[in-house]
Amino acid sequence: MIFGIDVASMALGGMAAGMILFIVSVGLSVTMGLMGFVNLAHGAFAMVGGYVIVHAMKSWGLPFVPALATGCLIIAAASIVLERLLYTRLYRAPELDQVLFTIGLVFITIAAVTVLVGPENQPLTLPSWLQGQVDLGFTTYRTYSIALIVVGSALALGLWLGFERTRLGAQIRATVDNRRMAEAVGINIDRLFTLTFAVGSGIAALGGGLGAEFLGLDPQYPLKYLVYFLIVVAVGGLGRIAGVFCAALLIGVLDFVLKKYLPQGGTLFIYALTILLLLWRPQGLFGKAS
Amino acid sequence: MSGVASRPTEHPAALALAHRHRLRVWEATPWLIALAVYFAFPTYLAFATEVLITILFAISLDLALGYAGIVTLGHAVFFGVGAYTVGILAKQGLWSEPITGLILAGGAAALIGLASGRVLLRTSGLTLLMLTLCTMALFEEAANMAAELTGGFDGPVNTRLVTCYVISAAIAGIAGGLWAQANAYVNLSTLSLDRAATVLIILVLGGHGRLYGAFVGALAYMTLSHFLSQLYPTAWQLGLGLLLVIIALFARNGICGLGETLLRRINRKAAAS
Repeated sequence: MIFGIDVASMALGGMAAGMILFIVSVGLSVTMGLMGFVNLAHGAFAMVGGYVIVHAMKSWGLPFVPALATGCLIIAAASIVLERLLYTRLYRAPELDQVLFTIGLVFITIAAVTVLVGPENQPLTLPSWLQGQVDLGFTTYRTYSIALIVVGSALALGLWLGFERTRLGAQIRATVDNRRMAEAVGINIDRLFTLTFAVGSGIAALGGGLGAEFLGLDPQYPLKYLVYFLIVVAVGGLGRIAGVFCAALLIGVLDFVLKKYLPQGGTLFIYALTILLLLWRPQGLFGKAS
Repeated sequence: MSGVASRPTEHPAALALAHRHRLRVWEATPWLIALAVYFAFPTYLAFATEVLITILFAISLDLALGYAGIVTLGHAVFFGVGAYTVGILAKQGLWSEPITGLILAGGAAALIGLASGRVLLRTSGLTLLMLTLCTMALFEEAANMAAELTGGFDGPVNTRLVTCYVISAAIAGIAGGLWAQANAYVNLSTLSLDRAATVLIILVLGGHGRLYGAFVGALAYMTLSHFLSQLYPTAWQLGLGLLLVIIALFARNGICGLGETLLRRINRKAAAS
């Protein structure tokens, strides 16, 4: 306790929220950086992923972790189909067309989910081993939040290593920095796009499931949180894993603290901060200047 | 790919700006229709008002998007500012005269447009998109708290772009003010992403960068929405989504663009024979 504020619980709660933001947004950052594609429908992939995960647990009786894997794989596969059939036609189109197309996808998803499942929130029941509190020595905190922090950090580390240390990661970085040059040295851009898109959507699906008890899961999800996901990407810088991670944590903690102590104007403060930041550094806090 | 207006110089907005617009006889049609509706369908006056307001709002967006090329997702902010100006003035009992109320609404929106335009329009692309979205979210949140917020920066920026943006903001503000007067209330929906997206859809459906795109789009959209959304609200959203996807993939210049292509084909055939 410092000045009567429980710093540890604020930090842990905020970090857990930040991890959710990271898991959902990281794919968006990579696809936007790599393809220059404004994918406003990214949240829809996360939402449908969440629905698949809840359904897998409820109707197919799968345990939590296999259900997460199932949702992740199904969304990744579905996104490959969408990318090959539709997205690829708009890679070189003006921003406006990309915006229209992806908003259209969001509307279709909202309508489809409302018809198929219903407009109400889908509760996700956590397994018993993730419920309750855990003793960390200096404080006790919700087990699930701690698990989120561990999983999110591990995912960030894994993605970062994949980006920095593997051949595929090098190809992605090269394409983000200079697409023409990357094409000229023989990188198969089309395959790279499809693969990255699928991985990004799959991870977003994971985020939809993991974050269901935190963000909720209802048909309006992709519109409701669109601004938040975009803020994380814009602040973190396009195509930067470490940047998105730091930005997500920053916004997660900030949002958590502000909602607690300034429930009226907290979000306002975040929007204002984002606007100022983007005016100061249009490439984001961690992005490279172009 | 529609293939229409592949080179920027061929775009109707560029062509229209290169020549002085000459009024033609058929251009009286929209006004005649508006007058006719007043007398022929007195039970649909509220709906007709809504359509006119939407046309005005779509025209304001066309000025920014179609003519100045500013891709914005936050245009509802000006609509909302206009609506709240009228609403707050009326509620406080300060001002209730409708015409001057609208001028005040337009003025307030223009001020916000000037302040935000001078800052925001220094950026482009994704950053601009984000900034317009964030500004709108900021105002929505502020309206939620019923607090006032302004701010500004100095810096080099294209004056013509800002001028266009300010005029566009003023018109959007007037549309918002009208909405508040017609509905006799104001709520958060006037400043939401839903409204910003809807007006974008309307404009693109009609065809952006065209004098009559906003008219055609608003009329088509509002008529469909009025009858379909009451019957099947979810199906309406599904149809809207499909429509957007189809426009983005195949008909980038909307209904007007389709009409232009058709006319050109007919003319070519006529010239050939």
